Amino acid sequence: MSGHESSYTPTNAFTKWLDTRLPLVRFAQDTAINFPTPKNLNYWYTFGGILAVCLVIQIVTGVILAMHYEASVDGAFASVERIMRDVPYGWLLRYIHANGASMFFLAVYLHMFRGLYYGSYKAPREILWILGCVIYLLMMGTAFLGYMLPWGQMSYHGSNVITGLFGAIPLVGESIQTWLMGGPSIGNQTLQRFFALHYLLPFMIAGAVILHVWALHVPGNNNPTGVEVKDVAKDTVPFHPYYTVKDAFAIVIFLIMFAVFVFYAPNVLGHADNYVEANPLVTPAHIVPEWYLLPFYAVLRAITFDLGPIPAKLLGVIFMFAAIAVLFILPWLDTSKVKSMRYRPVAKQFFFGFVAVCLLLGWCGAANPDDAVIPALQGDPKLVVSYTADGQEATSEYKGGNEAYLDAKRFMETLPADANASLSAVPAPTFLFRHFSLILTFCYFGFFVLLFFLGLTEKPKELPESIHKSVLKRHKASASAVPAE
Amino acid sequence: MKAFRILTAGLAGLMIAASAHAAGGAAHPHEPEEGWPFEGVTGQFDQASLQRGYQVYQEICSSCHSMKLLSYRNLGDPGGPFYDPEYPNPNDNPFVKAIAAQNEILSPTPNDAGDFDFRPATPADTFRSPYPNDNAARAANGGAVPPDLSVIYKARHDGASYVYSLLSGYPDEEVYSERVVAEASDGGTPDDESDDTPAQVQTVIDASKLHIGHGDEHYEGYLIQNPGQYYNPYMPGDTVPQFEGDPRHAPPGGFLAMPPQLIAGRVEYSDGTEATVEQMAHDVAQFLAWAGEPKQTNRKSLGLAVMVYLGILTILLWFSYKRIWRNVEH
Repeated sequence: MSGHESSYTPTNAFTKWLDTRLPLVRFAQDTAINFPTPKNLNYWYTFGGILAVCLVIQIVTGVILAMHYEASVDGAFASVERIMRDVPYGWLLRYIHANGASMFFLAVYLHMFRGLYYGSYKAPREILWILGCVIYLLMMGTAFLGYMLPWGQMSYHGSNVITGLFGAIPLVGESIQTWLMGGPSIGNQTLQRFFALHYLLPFMIAGAVILHVWALHVPGNNNPTGVEVKDVAKDTVPFHPYYTVKDAFAIVIFLIMFAVFVFYAPNVLGHADNYVEANPLVTPAHIVPEWYLLPFYAVLRAITFDLGPIPAKLLGVIFMFAAIAVLFILPWLDTSKVKSMRYRPVAKQFFFGFVAVCLLLGWCGAANPDDAVIPALQGDPKLVVSYTADGQEATSEYKGGNEAYLDAKRFMETLPADANASLSAVPAPTFLFRHFSLILTFCYFGFFVLLFFLGLTEKPKELPESIHKSVLKRHKASASAVPAE
Repeated sequence: MKAFRILTAGLAGLMIAASAHAAGGAAHPHEPEEGWPFEGVTGQFDQASLQRGYQVYQEICSSCHSMKLLSYRNLGDPGGPFYDPEYPNPNDNPFVKAIAAQNEILSPTPNDAGDFDFRPATPADTFRSPYPNDNAARAANGGAVPPDLSVIYKARHDGASYVYSLLSGYPDEEVYSERVVAEASDGGTPDDESDDTPAQVQTVIDASKLHIGHGDEHYEGYLIQNPGQYYNPYMPGDTVPQFEGDPRHAPPGGFLAMPPQLIAGRVEYSDGTEATVEQMAHDVAQFLAWAGEPKQTNRKSLGLAVMVYLGILTILLWFSYKRIWRNVEH
């Protein structure tokens, strides 16, 4: 599984015997113990280990929860509560699993931004990056399926929105939607298949993770300088104990944050409506997915106009899927030969802008599209009197404070009774979340287009000769800055 | 990288704050002046209050609201209203047995002859539901099903304070008045009673007399209450369609099908506590907070142990890390 030469020598008769039959010990030694790892990896490189821990936690808690869960529309909601009440430490398992999904995504987003910043998707690591994108896609699928299982209001109506997306595909959309739901609408059969798939996908993730680690171990780790390892003795340290201890430290810090959510705010990342049992006849006022899918939800809702023959809904779906698909072709979109943004002063600025765009898209996804982005800048609503005069519909507008209301009232009194006058407040036009989402959506895609052209024109800073030299240089710089040390 | 860290942390915080923000339209629920004893890292339920809360639920709420996810035995669980250390198994707790037996339920299992008959509940039975099904509940309540209260604490933002504010937040008596919309009519034939129509009366609320929470907001106009609908400033909804006044300054809140239930002295507390509206709302909100998540105090106390453990582990790993890397420039 690793590209470096094996340094393992069996020491006794048994390990010699085993090594010629199934070199398990050699394999473990080469991949997890002696694997040469660049010595300049910072804490942003610990999220791989953190993600492995997240996956194990989700699978272990998930398997136990599945022993107590009942996948039926009549029993699912109550069975989740039974887990919380009657299964010993069931509340702990369920809260770890539910918050674990959020922690998993938090870590995966940091891991991906890290890869983006240090150019870890560039040759020879394209396959490594694409496998990572596959894992991310599987994670989104798994999380969506899992969110359905408690059979709360958000579960039901959220699934309705997502399966409805497939219905927007021309010609085959409705058939696909029916096929996914296992019937004309979401029901018991949908819940059962979602449960089966929710149990299956994590093992597919685990499989993809094995390939991901394999693809990592052939070229070896990238590092913050983006300069490849030139001298194994000078540039690298063995993975164990150097990175096992550093990763372990980072993992425990991460677990502390995880535990704060599990023990002190277990429901803060969820939605209160999901503790109301699913009711197809009552639609929640505001359907939102879990926080980690909000940026894509914002892209989906940003498109409110038809483009030629393409209806707005389909266009939104296309953009949403494109927002994920663009990640897969990133290795060929970025034309710069320099990996790390440390040495790309212009691209670096745009990278931070891209991070901000993603977070702001998340903010837009959580908000009501018709709300003002900055309510303080929105003017006072105007009063509109609607009435019928001579069989025609007419309106009369009033602006201002209480006088406007009195004027409108006085006007209404002068109208005859058959004018059916009614008074309503119309919000002043302002910058709405729907507008903001659209701008951000173009910024999101714009970043990738920009990477293409930037690579052709940008003048990068001078790269260090080797990892070792860059480390020495940094140490000298800090030593001269602080002479006392 | 420093800028990246600050930016990420700041925007992540903003996003979490944005996603957690509550839906607008209703007045913000407030907790009782003395706060909730079960909140905070070391919070515990006040057992006496839980017992009174159960009494309020049993005597008032349970005539319309079910609590299907609770069993009588839960009342005697550790941390529950009637927990007695002498009976670690709540099914043996004589007090719990007596409470269960006060409720006659339709047995969920058939008797020896194969019939389902009514019998007194045992601690193992779930709480008696007031209606056999949702349709019966809807029919008896003007088309609105009273929600199940088992997890209402988790199903609302700031659950305990919401229940407390809603129950004690109906406007005072003085704001209501009645007005005649259509005079009584004899249909033009004083002798013929068949075409007579009675006067149509509307209940209106004078918004200028409303005092909502601790806000100083003043409203001018009248809220019209349709029959079977009751205004409450803490109910999510929209009052504009029912508001006679400036639609830009309609009072917060909405209308619900539940009339004000807590009237001072409606229950007689066995421990002698005075049954004010606030007291009853406080007790029943605390009871529902316990019922919604009975293990929440265990959760927080286990959390403390976990934090201490992880804290020590962090320190050990930090020094291990420093020691292992001491000779490597990186």
